[in-house]
Amino acid sequence: MSAAVSWARRATLLIGFIFLYAPIVILAVMSFNASRLVSVWGGFSTKWYAALLENEQLLHSAKISLAAALTSATISTLLGLLAAISLTRFGRFRTRFLLFGAVHAPLVLPEVVLGLALLTCFVAFGVGRGFITLVIGHVTLTMCFTTVAILAALRDSDPALEEAAMDLGATPFGAFVRVALPQIAPAIVTAYLLAFTLSLDDLVIASFATGPGATTLPMRIYSQVRLGVSPQINAISTLLLALVAVALGLAALVSSSRARRDGQVVTSLARAPDNAS
Amino acid sequence: MSAPLLSIKSVSKKFGAVVALEDVSLDVGAGEFFALLGPSGCGKTTLMRCIAGFESPDAGTIALSGVDLSGVPPYRRPVNMMFQSYALFPHLNVFENIAFGLRRQGETRDAIDARVNELLAMTQLSAFGHRRIAELSGGQKQRVALARALAPRPKLLLLDEPLGALDRKLREETQFQLKEIQRLTQTSFVIVTHDQDEALALADRIAVMRAGRVEQIAGPMEIYDRPATRFVAGFVGETNFIEGRLDRNGAAALITEFGRIPCEPRNLPGGARATLSVRPERIGVARDGEGIAGVVEDFVFRGETTLLRVRVASNIVLRAAASHGERHAIGDSVRLSFPPGAGALLAEER
Repeated sequence: MSAAVSWARRATLLIGFIFLYAPIVILAVMSFNASRLVSVWGGFSTKWYAALLENEQLLHSAKISLAAALTSATISTLLGLLAAISLTRFGRFRTRFLLFGAVHAPLVLPEVVLGLALLTCFVAFGVGRGFITLVIGHVTLTMCFTTVAILAALRDSDPALEEAAMDLGATPFGAFVRVALPQIAPAIVTAYLLAFTLSLDDLVIASFATGPGATTLPMRIYSQVRLGVSPQINAISTLLLALVAVALGLAALVSSSRARRDGQVVTSLARAPDNAS
Repeated sequence: MSAPLLSIKSVSKKFGAVVALEDVSLDVGAGEFFALLGPSGCGKTTLMRCIAGFESPDAGTIALSGVDLSGVPPYRRPVNMMFQSYALFPHLNVFENIAFGLRRQGETRDAIDARVNELLAMTQLSAFGHRRIAELSGGQKQRVALARALAPRPKLLLLDEPLGALDRKLREETQFQLKEIQRLTQTSFVIVTHDQDEALALADRIAVMRAGRVEQIAGPMEIYDRPATRFVAGFVGETNFIEGRLDRNGAAALITEFGRIPCEPRNLPGGARATLSVRPERIGVARDGEGIAGVVEDFVFRGETTLLRVRVASNIVLRAAASHGERHAIGDSVRLSFPPGAGALLAEER
């Protein structure tokens, strides 16, 4: 390969990365800006992070967002697991196709439509909007993602394993818990983290589903930005970014440790000559 | 004879419009090594899954030691199965895989340790207890699967194509191991296989199945020497089908296009159309003398024998095995002789 081609490739890669990540990097850098003005660099400072701790409103919203993300991710992972089980382990029951469609529909449904539908529904049933309706909205939004993630893993896990467990005296429930669950555990963790991040950064559904007492962090940020970008917003956004990065990192760690384990197996097989039977 | 351990009575099973089992009846005795033999799709695996409890028959009963098994879920049946894919638990090591059934029975820790170590020794896996499943070779996995299925001391062990995934050399070795383990444990084994050599080598009795029905149940020798139907004769081993008309005047013989072949008439009436199944190695080959004249068309050296294709009539070619040391060339004329009782006479089907 000529040097020119090699450089052209590197340059393309660089441009791609700049396009994708420059705005985020600028946001994070500006959160350490001592100046009040977004466009002028006034030296390094962490004062906006300190100011965050005093901002009761923002902290309250962050708590609401975290609580909603934890609760809705837990519920939607559980529901997704149940849906995936029914779609893979219960044969072709009569309403299987309907369930399959219903579970996947929110994937392609415009969020605005879903949000409006939820709002109409809450109003029709006379449910006062607040934290609970927010969680319900987020479960509706994220359940399709958790179902898809777990469904793929359950499809890959061999049903003969559960049959073998039952053959050896485990009840169907016991067989699932002892044999199938360990196989799909990484997918469940991934599904949970996915639901968590989706809920954490959701603005549209939250705007429709929540009430005055439970304003989420993205909603608070959005409303403050309309009045002008404060460096505090940059700081909280950077923290949010870090949180999501940690969650994604964890997910990557789970799947790579699994891959590494399998990789080790291959090398140890190659090393041990006494393995040939 | 004491009551059979496993008793299957007129079991039928359909999957939609597909008939998987039709009126299957058979018995397996205690300590017996029984084989279900047939081509793929003959229903042998379905029958095995019915015995294990993963499928329930539409009609008929399956009883173990006289107790009807219908409605008994797999986890309450004293029957264990060795899966074709082995279905070993990848997240558990070899020891825990074998201990799985014992733990479900709530045995004490000492009893479990003792039993698992006993089985590890029996299957020559003592050094592998802490290995992960992914670290094992195919042969080792096969032995773990066998040990795991034997651990809870089932009354009956089902083996679904247990040697199917092994290469040829390992398969032969494993056949002897399997037989020895069966003798040691005194457990009834029911093996499902499509490999006739495997069934003949391992089983005390064989049920040959075809399209959901049992064609014949008999010992390996009888299956081979006295096949009940044309299908059994053709499926198990190599054979010649010679068609003709039965003559019962004097010594019974089959009148064919190329001559008279002596045979046992069984219960067929004189004059009936019938087919004689004769194994190649039962046909005598000589250069001259008595017998049916033919011309060697082709030959295949098989080591122990040489298989000849001999044309005895314009449209009939028979396969005959010449013993080691005899040399024949293409175009040689030979005489084929059929000792009485060499073949099995089969009635015209339909």
